[in-house]
Amino acid sequence: MAEEEVITIRQLTVAYDANPVLWNITAAFKKGKITAIIGPNGAGKSTLIKSMLEFVKPATGQVKYSIDKQTKEYKKVKNKIAYVPQNSSVDWDFPATVLDVVLMGRYGHLGWLKRPKKSDRDIAEEMLKKVDMESFRHRQISQLSGGQRQRVFLARALAQQADVYLLDEPLAGVDMKTERIIMNLLKELTKRGKTVIVVHHDLQSVRDYFDEVLFINQEVVAAGSVKEVFTQENITATYQQDHNLGEGASS
Amino acid sequence: MWTQITAVLNDYTFQVVALGTGMLGLISGVVGTYVTLRKESLLGDALSHSALPGIGIGFLLMQRKEFVVLLLGAVVSGLMATGLIQLMSKKSPVKFDSALSVVLSSFFGLGLVIMTIIQRNPNAQQAGLDSFIFGQASAMLTRDVWLIVGASMIMLLLISLFWKEFKIFTFDADYGKTLGFSSRWVNLLLSTMIVLTIILGLEAVGVILISALLIGPSVAARQWSDKLSVVMGLAGIIGAVSGAAGTMISTVGVRIPTGPTIVIVLSIFIVGSLLFSPKRGLIAKRMKFYKKQKAFRQQIRRLEEEQGK
Repeated sequence: MAEEEVITIRQLTVAYDANPVLWNITAAFKKGKITAIIGPNGAGKSTLIKSMLEFVKPATGQVKYSIDKQTKEYKKVKNKIAYVPQNSSVDWDFPATVLDVVLMGRYGHLGWLKRPKKSDRDIAEEMLKKVDMESFRHRQISQLSGGQRQRVFLARALAQQADVYLLDEPLAGVDMKTERIIMNLLKELTKRGKTVIVVHHDLQSVRDYFDEVLFINQEVVAAGSVKEVFTQENITATYQQDHNLGEGASS
Repeated sequence: MWTQITAVLNDYTFQVVALGTGMLGLISGVVGTYVTLRKESLLGDALSHSALPGIGIGFLLMQRKEFVVLLLGAVVSGLMATGLIQLMSKKSPVKFDSALSVVLSSFFGLGLVIMTIIQRNPNAQQAGLDSFIFGQASAMLTRDVWLIVGASMIMLLLISLFWKEFKIFTFDADYGKTLGFSSRWVNLLLSTMIVLTIILGLEAVGVILISALLIGPSVAARQWSDKLSVVMGLAGIIGAVSGAAGTMISTVGVRIPTGPTIVIVLSIFIVGSLLFSPKRGLIAKRMKFYKKQKAFRQQIRRLEEEQGK
């Protein structure tokens, strides 16, 4: 059975100043699968997600999406891709309620100038229920715990009703309950044919949570199904060089 | 004293000027809410201080106080300074805060030099130019007031139209980009409004203190509400009251510059809000802490008693 590739990355190189952060990355993400991007600190995991979203301009290479049979660049399919940033990336003292934030997930469908309607509100409420936060809907966001914040961010992405989900370390520093809720929802998405890509740091849980794995450390070290590729050899090969510690440092 | 106040209140010139400073306070409070939430307060400060040389050069070119030319000069030198700050902090090893202080004080210094040179040349037209440093609302002409009112109306309209776009780009700009909105346009629109607000306030409040009028109202307003629309509305009201009341005080008193009086009124709002707001105020927080402390003590005592039995 040939598996459909939803995202293809070809020879992607990204450099801040002169040093490459990502080097010649060629990879593909499959439809209906949940893929973990694994690698040490400074391996370029977040940068990879960010270049898939065109936040950073690559020095070479390209990222293509084939969501509805046709292959297109990111700009043309923005609304079908939902992004969950690291929850430390925003100021949670911003004056907004939980529902306000989840409603932001509908803004893309609304387009310029239009206000959210009742139907958008209903979708936002439904997603809040899914992440078990409906009783917090009018809570000020600064009063949430780390795990609750992460669930609000996931609900916001779900409200986009996208086909592809890109999550940057969604399990970093969250409680067990949140971890369970998030992973169940992501599994459910893949069952409905959605494609999920997660930057992940916890090697212990890879086997339980993911179908596919992409090992990177500036370059692609290994890629494939968890069953075949998630081996001690590949883990060692990926973590051999820690770019934060300098050349040749091993862990 | 009282008759003096009523006389001032009934004075047409005062009414026009107070309308100008009140409106200025309102729009500063509203637009400033975005500035504080985006954590760009210091940039506003840099922008206004570095507007001074532009005002001076604008005067030297025209040899008279042509409002529009002076403001244009202010915009150009203000933008040059912020560009220079960005360039220094991004392309050189100088950190953002150092770049900001260096550029801000150099431009301000240059502005003072130019102002002194202008004042040495005896020229009847130069009168009131120093109002740009500390602010002198009475120097405003009716024309200037209408400019402020008109520009404020347009900005309020823009904010109501682009409410959700401005909100998302203030809270989470990266996420806003992924929703298909152009960050370039949203940011350009927002920055233009911020620059325009500062420039409009230069004559009435002065380059040194205008950023206080931009930042202060929303800092006070944030204490009272957790809702963006309420914070913004309240910031507008606080700004408007400070502007109008400050103008009145400076008019009644013996020619105190308007800028400082407005800022003093504003500070009273800020201090009051920081202390007395029911949820976030220092006093409420202290009280809550003592209550908790008392409850804990009682719990522990009860535990001790039970164990003692």
